[in-house]
Amino acid sequence: MSTPVAAGTLSASSPAASRVRARRWRRRLAALGESTPATVGIAIVLAWVVLAVLAPLIAPYPPNANDMAALAHTTPSKAHWLGTDHLGRDLLARVLWGARPVLVIAPLAVLGAAALGSLLGLSAGYFGRWIDLTITRACDIVLSFPVIILYMIILAHVGSSAWNIIGVLTLTKAPIIARIVRGMTLDLREREYVAAAKMRGESALYIMLVEILPNARGPLVVDMCLRTGYNVIIIGALGFLGIGLPPPDPDWGGMVKDTYGMMMVWPHMALVPCAAISSLVVGFNLLAVGLRELGLRD
Amino acid sequence: MTDGPLLDVQDLRVSYTTRAGEVPVVPGLSFQLNAGEALGLVGESGCGKSTVALAIVRYLGRSGRIVGGRIRFEGRELTTLDEAGLRAIRGRRIAMVYQDPMASLNPVMTVGHQLMEAPRTHEGVSGATARDRALAMLAEVKLADPEAVMERYPHQLSGGQQQRIVIAMALITGPALLIMDEPTTGLDVTVEAAVLDLVRELRSRHRSAILFISHNLGSVVRVCDRVAVMYRGELVEEGPVRRIFTNPRHPYTRGLLDCLPTLGSDKRQAPLVPIAGQVESALARAPGCGFAGRCAHVEIGRCTSHPIPIGEVYGEPDHHVACVRADELARWTRRSGATVTHDAGVVGEPMVAVHHLTKIYEPRRRWLRGPRAPVRAVSDVDLAAARGRTLAIVGESGCGKSTVAKVLSGLVVATAGGVTLDGVEVGALAVDARGAALKRKLQMVFQNPDSTLNPSHTVGYAIGRALRRLQGLSPADLAAGVEHLLEVVKLPPAMAARKPGHLSGGEKQRAAIARALAGDPEVIVADEPVSALDVSVQASIVNLLTEIQAARGATLVFISHDLAVVRYLADTVAVMYLGTVAELGSVERVFAPPYHPYTEALLSAVPVPDPDHAVARILLEGRVPRADEIPRGCPFATRCPRRIGPICDETPPPVQRFGADHRIACHIPGEELRRLQTALVEPRVVGR
Repeated sequence: MSTPVAAGTLSASSPAASRVRARRWRRRLAALGESTPATVGIAIVLAWVVLAVLAPLIAPYPPNANDMAALAHTTPSKAHWLGTDHLGRDLLARVLWGARPVLVIAPLAVLGAAALGSLLGLSAGYFGRWIDLTITRACDIVLSFPVIILYMIILAHVGSSAWNIIGVLTLTKAPIIARIVRGMTLDLREREYVAAAKMRGESALYIMLVEILPNARGPLVVDMCLRTGYNVIIIGALGFLGIGLPPPDPDWGGMVKDTYGMMMVWPHMALVPCAAISSLVVGFNLLAVGLRELGLRD
Repeated sequence: MTDGPLLDVQDLRVSYTTRAGEVPVVPGLSFQLNAGEALGLVGESGCGKSTVALAIVRYLGRSGRIVGGRIRFEGRELTTLDEAGLRAIRGRRIAMVYQDPMASLNPVMTVGHQLMEAPRTHEGVSGATARDRALAMLAEVKLADPEAVMERYPHQLSGGQQQRIVIAMALITGPALLIMDEPTTGLDVTVEAAVLDLVRELRSRHRSAILFISHNLGSVVRVCDRVAVMYRGELVEEGPVRRIFTNPRHPYTRGLLDCLPTLGSDKRQAPLVPIAGQVESALARAPGCGFAGRCAHVEIGRCTSHPIPIGEVYGEPDHHVACVRADELARWTRRSGATVTHDAGVVGEPMVAVHHLTKIYEPRRRWLRGPRAPVRAVSDVDLAAARGRTLAIVGESGCGKSTVAKVLSGLVVATAGGVTLDGVEVGALAVDARGAALKRKLQMVFQNPDSTLNPSHTVGYAIGRALRRLQGLSPADLAAGVEHLLEVVKLPPAMAARKPGHLSGGEKQRAAIARALAGDPEVIVADEPVSALDVSVQASIVNLLTEIQAARGATLVFISHDLAVVRYLADTVAVMYLGTVAELGSVERVFAPPYHPYTEALLSAVPVPDPDHAVARILLEGRVPRADEIPRGCPFATRCPRRIGPICDETPPPVQRFGADHRIACHIPGEELRRLQTALVEPRVVGR
């Protein structure tokens, strides 16, 4: 697929075009700033990204270091701002370190699902007939499984690792994206610019990727944002079920699993990672709301 | 009731708040409307006509605001009225009819329910009374079988029927003022004519005043007593219909009249004169005349230094114009060029020929429910377009004209029969199966300016991509190629970097024409390329197409429902009805008796922007039959006003030939048709 790129140089090469493009982007960002949910959402997500990147520098302790002395007082103190868990590990350090896998796995899985789902949805919507029927039914079958049980079966089989979790999330989220893209493709393929593309002999792949997909991006981006949030929850749930990332490296769900038995005595041990999960999910959701507002206005 | 006009708008000023700042869309507008009077408000899109209508009922939305002025209606001041007061007036004293009837009707409620709603909420009458009123109203808007219509949902009715329902809903409370915002735009000519006649008839019966908004002077003439021409939110000319049409004083009004194709003229005699440029933004307002930037008679200084007051036209106390040069301009005359000769008759070999073409759409089988009836979109059609000439295909929506275009372009494949393109048989070839040379040979211009260009790509990319695919241009030469094509369609080179969202409808259509020209095609198929555009823009696009065709010697297949445009640019005309060709011939012959009865009806329905032009209208009763109820005999038999007997229903009509280039499919002998029919179009002077 070198053709679309090559033809794109036409508009990219001229300085006037790039200036127009830069202005367009600045306007878009400014518009996003006008929406309160979007601003708050961006702030939360960005804050977590910065904290995760800087975790090695700002975390007060190594994430897996046990402070046996602190075990007497696990609750928040001057030495351990958020307290320690039942093994004397600093909760602040673990929450900061724990943001790293989530912020890699959740977006990567969404990107994977979007790529696979878009391709499936575009093919189903564009070609129709038996291709549509096959893809739609296959998606329905995947969607009808209770996902958590599906994850347990698959991960128990292939073993739990970051890449396997990304793979599993991609496979189970792609059908949802495929449905959205298929619906939009059914409408977009009837547009006159698609007929014009056919009349100059474009390939089906070009029409799907260059003529149709860009016009489906609005709802798609909003959905990807929402789905990143949902993935954060699922990664947490997998950790809680013990089929998430292997210990001892911190993982928010795993942190809750390790400590929820002590809920009655030391609730902070489970509440701290829970709060981390919710804040990140809320951040992604607000961002999605803001993007949707922006899309409605255009 | 107080004395004075029913509606008195004084110095109305409306602004919209946008990101770019406050935009004074209407900078100061005054007009009056007396009880029972019909005023046409005319101007191009973006002139603020709809804003005025919305301001009157205070429906401006969140960003719009009345900044000043007064609107008095039945002695009450509307600009300061509270919500409760407005509710009492809207729908009851002032009713509105919008352009898109489907948007005004609730899709999940029956028509009867929606009709009964207004009298029940506004007048508190009982259900039975409301029902009687609704039935009476449906009969008044001439819908057959009102009882049955009451039970229907909007989607079960045709566009014309829907617009009748909306009009019935508006009139059912007996409003003193009816505001109609482009009520016939988007309807077929025959339906438009019927709706306009209906409005005129209802007007005389109901004594409602009408504010009729349109961009087309032709439709205003049929309904209105007075016309007000608006430009950039200001009144530029106002007066009785007859005065405006016989002695327009403002250059803008003249421009609007000059860009209308009429049945009496064509491209060789009197080219259309589009208004230069486009409606300027309301943001940057100069102190002088708003039209100065586009006016051919502008005098820098006199016209541009101070606001132009509206004043009486000399000797015509009821005619007002806002132009300092109004009295200096020569009297306007209708375009005509009877002195120009016309080279009829020389017909080369056909570039595009259609033989016995039939296209049947097979609907998809439904699961477990058996097959549905196939749709016969085109049956046994014969057509030909000579090299370098224009073939126009006309007919109402659903007549199969677009299907013919799709078969020509290979977007669908013929079921039977054939299509030859420069001697090569392509009827069975889908576009994918056509070689590069064939693809280059035929390109298409589409109808909808909003969907013809991909909103995600710049204009430069769209044209450049076509150049690459069809001409094989290298990336290095693309920019120059794009610039050249933009020049051909008269767009500035800077357009290449813009996306369609920032283009006007006319600019989009020009860019689409440039894209179609990328392969240097020998045949251009244009499927209703101007029907979604304003008349002023339409004229410039039609001119552009004829110019390009003449310069390149290309063959043009022009599909349209507008007979005036067809008369203007076609050499050969095919009139289609229900998938068959009713009449085919050179433009002179098709537009002169004998006519096929369907052509006759279409011609009589064309709105003519001339108050003195009185034609006995032939109204077509009923609707176009559905695909599964096509008559066995003549397809037009169910609606034909000249039906002669059962033979029409039973036997397909014979094709009668009159000379080499004219044929009509009808049972009535040609001589008889000629005797019955009068010329609906002034004959064209053919010189030798």
